[in-house]
Amino acid sequence: MTLFALSRRDLAVFAVFAVVVLAMPFWLQPLGAAYPALMQKFVISAIFAIGFNILFGLTGYLSFGHAAFLGVGSYTAVWSFKLLTMDAIPAIFFAVLVSGLFALVIGYLSLRRSGIYFSILTLAFAQMCYNLAYSVLTPITNGETSLQLTLSDPRLIDTALAPRPAGLPSASLFGHSFSGLEGFYFCAVVLLIAFFVTQKIFASPFGMMLRAIKSNQTRMTYTGFNTRPYTLTAFVISGMFAGLAGALFAITDPLAGTERMQWTASGEVVLMTILGGVGTLIGPVIGAWFIEYFENIFSAFNESVVHAFFSFLPAEIADPVALVASKFVGEGWQLTLGLLFVLVVVFLPGGIMEGVRRIGSLFGRRGTPVSPGAARAQPAE
Amino acid sequence: MARSDQNIVLHVDDVSKNLGGLQALSDIDFAVEEGTTHAIIGPNGAGKSTLLNVIVGRLPPTRGAVVFDGTVLTGKQPYEINQLGVARVFQTPEIFPELSVLQNVMTPAFAKRDGAFRINIFRTVDSEAEIRDEAEAILEDVGLSTRLASHAGSLSRGDKRRMELAMCLIQHPRLLLLDEPTAGMSRHDTNTTIDLLKKIKARGMTKVIIEHDMHVVFSLADRISVLSGGKIIAEGTPDEVRGSAKVQEAYLGGAHRLEAH
Ligand SMILES: Nc1ncnc2c1ncn2[C@@H]1O[C@H](COP(=O)(O)OP(=O)(O)O)[C@@H](O)[C@H]1O
Ligand SMILES: [Mg+2]
Repeated sequence: MTLFALSRRDLAVFAVFAVVVLAMPFWLQPLGAAYPALMQKFVISAIFAIGFNILFGLTGYLSFGHAAFLGVGSYTAVWSFKLLTMDAIPAIFFAVLVSGLFALVIGYLSLRRSGIYFSILTLAFAQMCYNLAYSVLTPITNGETSLQLTLSDPRLIDTALAPRPAGLPSASLFGHSFSGLEGFYFCAVVLLIAFFVTQKIFASPFGMMLRAIKSNQTRMTYTGFNTRPYTLTAFVISGMFAGLAGALFAITDPLAGTERMQWTASGEVVLMTILGGVGTLIGPVIGAWFIEYFENIFSAFNESVVHAFFSFLPAEIADPVALVASKFVGEGWQLTLGLLFVLVVVFLPGGIMEGVRRIGSLFGRRGTPVSPGAARAQPAE
Repeated sequence: MARSDQNIVLHVDDVSKNLGGLQALSDIDFAVEEGTTHAIIGPNGAGKSTLLNVIVGRLPPTRGAVVFDGTVLTGKQPYEINQLGVARVFQTPEIFPELSVLQNVMTPAFAKRDGAFRINIFRTVDSEAEIRDEAEAILEDVGLSTRLASHAGSLSRGDKRRMELAMCLIQHPRLLLLDEPTAGMSRHDTNTTIDLLKKIKARGMTKVIIEHDMHVVFSLADRISVLSGGKIIAEGTPDEVRGSAKVQEAYLGGAHRLEAH
């Protein structure tokens, strides 16, 4: 059973991760984020980020265009809904396939360069995709108004099996349509599968080759490796993860718009990965959750929430403190996030995961090797 | 020359290389017999590293060709040349600083076993016991068995060289190219490396070695080519080269000066 084989340590990481993800509705309750639409975002962004990290974290190639694959995945999924069926499985299948093909072409061309030139090429291709979706390809993408379901969609498979329902249908799984918390759990299970696949890649010889390419590409070529197909495979895999994330966005809300392909979305996944810890397994997930939390919860705090928070202080202290603090929440959430990002990059270049590791080594793990991933054949986090 | 042609592994056939107007190599022509050690010596800037760069495909020759085991290497990619059985230790160690010593040595074994490209994601590195055991054995040979888990980037310069040598050895190359493998090593480490290289020779590996240290050269080489100003000015057995007046002249007083490097 090499297919499912992982070291005991990796299996333990997976088990803990599974519990944390599946228990989100409970531990997000006190944080005020336990509603399905937001939890779905948490889970889907995590998939986007861990896929991005397979390229950036393992090979070191920094793509600034991964939102394009996310968008392609969403459009493909919505078309699968419109033409074939509301079932989630075909939507995911086609979304991953088509985004993989896009990644193959864009990756093939972009990987002819490295460093900043590679990044610029991916950005240029993503902007091309965005502009095509916005203007030239409006028959396919519906441009500004977004691609949506309509009552007159053919849905060939669904209509052949059952009479048309009265209103607009929602996504389904084997005939059972789902929404709300069920939608969250569907995405959560997909995240667990994606996470397991990532663990397999990290622990595999293929993953070690990708790390070696990041470390010294010259040595790789004089060691008999043709590095181009390795980096291209990593690019396509991460493009497929992005497409999968795009499909899940469409499954939880059957709609695909150009804004998902905007360059800011490409930049956001870079921030998530760096904030959490480039090249680590868990880091990108944590980075994704941090940023989604800031974007959705922190931005909603207003002055009265802040006042309530500081109400334990005497009024003459609480008022100025709350006044200053309120500048960092609500509309000022990006200020906080920006500061946080700067602090992490300056003091913890390995991201939040490095902080976790440092704290871990303070408590009792002094005897163990210090350098990440040195003791075993692959880094664990 | 009493050398039979069918035993020739490497033939550098009239190679010239022009580097931005500088004639770095002029009409270099020599052959290396199977299982022998061929040393290339010469002053700094003579073109020795450039010659190795031409052999491994890093630089295309301006004229001439390199033939390895009946295959013309000229025009091939570096990874293809390695896959044919040519491995190289660089003058400045080329290693994977972010990986562990063990991972550094295991990685080339995968290129040997799985070829230039293979998507191998079903197994884990940990479960590749055969490759791991061999890497550990070779690291023991080069004297790094206590550093398996260390970050390769944290090794001393001498240890990096020995690890790079281990990275080449695990591939069992037919031809091993060594660019100053003992530079920066203590006398003790140099002697260990000489012993190791002699042991490889006993296994029949063909080697081309660039070396400044005359002690190393004369204890290892079967033949020596002396390079100066991009030309081979003398070639022969160690005794022949030692006696050559031309060589004495090129070094302005002999091996003494060389050993300073
Ligand atoms: N890439 C290059 N471009 C131009 N000149 C070079 C280049 N590489 C080496 N050289 C020159 O070619 C000559 C031979 O260099 P090299 O082969 O490194 O000498 P050696 O290894 O014998 O000390 C030197 O004069 C060096 O400056
Ligand atoms: Mg040199």
